[in-house]
Amino acid sequence: MPLLELRGVTARYGPLQALRGIDLSVGEGEIVAVLGANGAGKTTTLRAISATVKTSGEVVFAGERLSGRPEAVARAGIGHVPEGRGTFAQLSVEENLRLGAHVRRDRAGVRADYDRALERFPILAERRRQAAGTLSGGEQQQLALARALMQRPRLLLLDEPSLGLAPRVVVDFFRVVAELNEQEGLSVLVVEQNASLALASSSRAYVLEVGRIAVTGTSAELQRHESVRRSYLGY
Amino acid sequence: MVVAADWAGVAQQVVAGLSSGGTYATLAVALVLIYRATGVVNFAQGELAMFSTFVAWTLTQHGFSYWPAFALTVAASFGGGIVLERVVIRPVERASVLTVAIVTIGLFFVVNGAAFWIWSPQVKSMPNAFSTRPIRIAGVAFSISDLGIIGVSLLAVLLLWFFFRFTKLGLAMRAAALNPESSRLTGIRVSWMIALGWGLATALGAVAGLMAAPPLGSFDQNFMQPILLYAFAGAVLGGIDSALGAVVGSLALGVFLNLLGTYVSWVGTDLRQAAALAVILGVLLVRPAGLFGEALVRRV
Amino acid sequence: MSRVVRIAAGLVVAAAAVALVLVLPYWLSDARAAEFARAGCFFIAILGLNLLTGYTGQISLGHGALMAVGAYTTAILTANHGFRDLWTIPLAGLVAMGAGFLLGLPARRLSGLYLALATFAFAVAMPALLKRFSGLTGGSQGINLFDKALSRSTGALGPVHVLGRTVATNDFLYYLTWGIGLVLAAAAWVLVRGRVGRAFRAVRDSEVAAASSGINTGFYKMLAFGISGFYAGVGGSLFVLVSNWFVSPTTFAFDKSLLLVVGAVVGGLGSLAGVALGALFIEFVPSWAGNVSNAPGAPSVFFGAAIVLVMILLPSGLGGVLRKLTEPLTTRLYTR
Repeated sequence: MPLLELRGVTARYGPLQALRGIDLSVGEGEIVAVLGANGAGKTTTLRAISATVKTSGEVVFAGERLSGRPEAVARAGIGHVPEGRGTFAQLSVEENLRLGAHVRRDRAGVRADYDRALERFPILAERRRQAAGTLSGGEQQQLALARALMQRPRLLLLDEPSLGLAPRVVVDFFRVVAELNEQEGLSVLVVEQNASLALASSSRAYVLEVGRIAVTGTSAELQRHESVRRSYLGY
Repeated sequence: MVVAADWAGVAQQVVAGLSSGGTYATLAVALVLIYRATGVVNFAQGELAMFSTFVAWTLTQHGFSYWPAFALTVAASFGGGIVLERVVIRPVERASVLTVAIVTIGLFFVVNGAAFWIWSPQVKSMPNAFSTRPIRIAGVAFSISDLGIIGVSLLAVLLLWFFFRFTKLGLAMRAAALNPESSRLTGIRVSWMIALGWGLATALGAVAGLMAAPPLGSFDQNFMQPILLYAFAGAVLGGIDSALGAVVGSLALGVFLNLLGTYVSWVGTDLRQAAALAVILGVLLVRPAGLFGEALVRRV
Repeated sequence: MSRVVRIAAGLVVAAAAVALVLVLPYWLSDARAAEFARAGCFFIAILGLNLLTGYTGQISLGHGALMAVGAYTTAILTANHGFRDLWTIPLAGLVAMGAGFLLGLPARRLSGLYLALATFAFAVAMPALLKRFSGLTGGSQGINLFDKALSRSTGALGPVHVLGRTVATNDFLYYLTWGIGLVLAAAAWVLVRGRVGRAFRAVRDSEVAAASSGINTGFYKMLAFGISGFYAGVGGSLFVLVSNWFVSPTTFAFDKSLLLVVGAVVGGLGSLAGVALGALFIEFVPSWAGNVSNAPGAPSVFFGAAIVLVMILLPSGLGGVLRKLTEPLTTRLYTR
């Protein structure tokens, strides 16, 4: 049974229909990518999962239907790194990380994870007393990821992590995500405009167009797929 | 000798000014708290503080002495603030800031009217919080009451600061105020954080009212309105989005107004309020962000 | 097709409004007519406030003070200088317009809460200012227009002869205020649809974007304050003429400014029908509340509760309901 399943999910912003019945799944330990142009509904898909937009249809996580409240989604074990990082700019790096663990009750475990985060992202250790807003884009991206990891999620949602970042930084970021997936079995659903990078880093992918799934398959298949190549990979 | 007597008098007036300033500061922090959490100024903050004070007065009429009444009232005000937010503010959470502001104006009328309805318009007086004897420090006689009020006000604000800085809940509240969307993603119940903010603000207001009432001798249901004005002036002076600024600004304003009232003979109560208004206007014209506030940089 | 329908619908609504205003007094008692006349004054003032807050996005807690400026202009000119009362109405508007421009000066640099506080300070300071310049304003005693032999059309104790017809006093006052109100509403409607109106809305929606498009935001903010000041001045002037024939510094204390904002928001910003509903709300609900119970403080409780209830049930105000009803007609344009 897949870890996450979306069945017939629709979403709207006022009179605008953003998702028109999506069926999607993420298996345990998989990295799945969602591709598509601007306005295709990629961010809305993630918002539908973390219940920050009104939806209909079913979102099933670990066998249970998710209720419509974002706080409950975080408690269920889904960590969402939103578009634009969503760090708390006026709070310090340390406070940002502490907030990531808000849903957890095990103080010792949180402490251990905090130390591990600083080890894994040394730049955060260096800047831990600084206000998060003073970090560079790439550093904030690391902070956002570290904060989501503090939650000890089973599923990580990444919304356009490459946005506004230098290519080198993006490559490093995806390497870290791949490591987390291999070493700790973290499942990942990543939404990306950078199709080639997303396909290279994932095992399966969906292509969204105008609120519907147009193509799906393994990433290898999609890399060879004629129209995907032409529309999203540029060759 | 004249100079020495002058300094003693000034010191006494400064302390007295700090004491009034302390009550303004407590109310100002309550205003800042709700403003930072919701972007709205709670017009009813002063009236809620007044209501709490009257509740405490009723307790003292039924055998409670001052401090037990104080403790019960502050606790009840905390709960009352939470209930108020859930019932009256939550339904308009998603509406515009102006709509919420009008709701607080409506609340102003309700609370003020309710206070007149429940307790007659006849003036009341509150037992003293502190001893009325003077105390000599460095040869100058100060009022224990003044020092006590300064102490309690600063203690209340310090406790709050400690709570926000060092506790998990306090951090969650700060996060909810700064970035509600990201907060939800980390599992924070933003709606309840706002309710808690109202609870704390109402409790602070109760502290302000209970400190302000005894020195007045006699007071009626409108007694918090000038204090609300001074709290606004203090918050504007210090920077309305900074609690520290609100405290410093209010203390400074308290001292300024007191010295003005004492040493400039033609300044009566009417003109004290005008002086506070002049401060508001002056600061807004010269440096709207106040002494400690951050000048608003708008993202395009 | 839809554009023609909209214009036709608009004309029908406008005609209905005019007809309603003309015909209403037949069903009203004399006392009610006087109350409606007062509501008419608020209607005019809120029209102006709506232009400022609803269309230009500038908040003002000082429009009661601008009404006071208009009121005192009329009072001084009529009582002390023998002007005919009706001619002072536009003059009152102009003087208040000037005051509005002055108020708009700091507004160019302030916004949101800071602007609210600055206008609040203005409103609270006005009664004190009026008391201070007692030579001109009569100080705390105010100005009483009743006991002077004045050339006046209003304030007559018997029926008024107008255009060859005889009209009861309060009916005349009602027609005076609402007639002027309708004219000014039409003027506001034209303004809003023109270049100035678009500039106002641009300032409201995004000052930065407006400035980058070459709109002089400071100028338009001041203009909005000035125009709304004119409306407030006319409203204040009429207020003196239709109620009490007396004005003092406390007639337009801060509570009037607050009441105007409440009326504007409860009525619903950005809709003319809403303005009328808001004016009626602040005129009638307080007295209804007083009828429910006269115990000290009780009317306040009911009035405040009414405000809170309306805002909770109808967050876009009373006029917003009307807009929601007509919305389905226009949303067809947006679906794919």
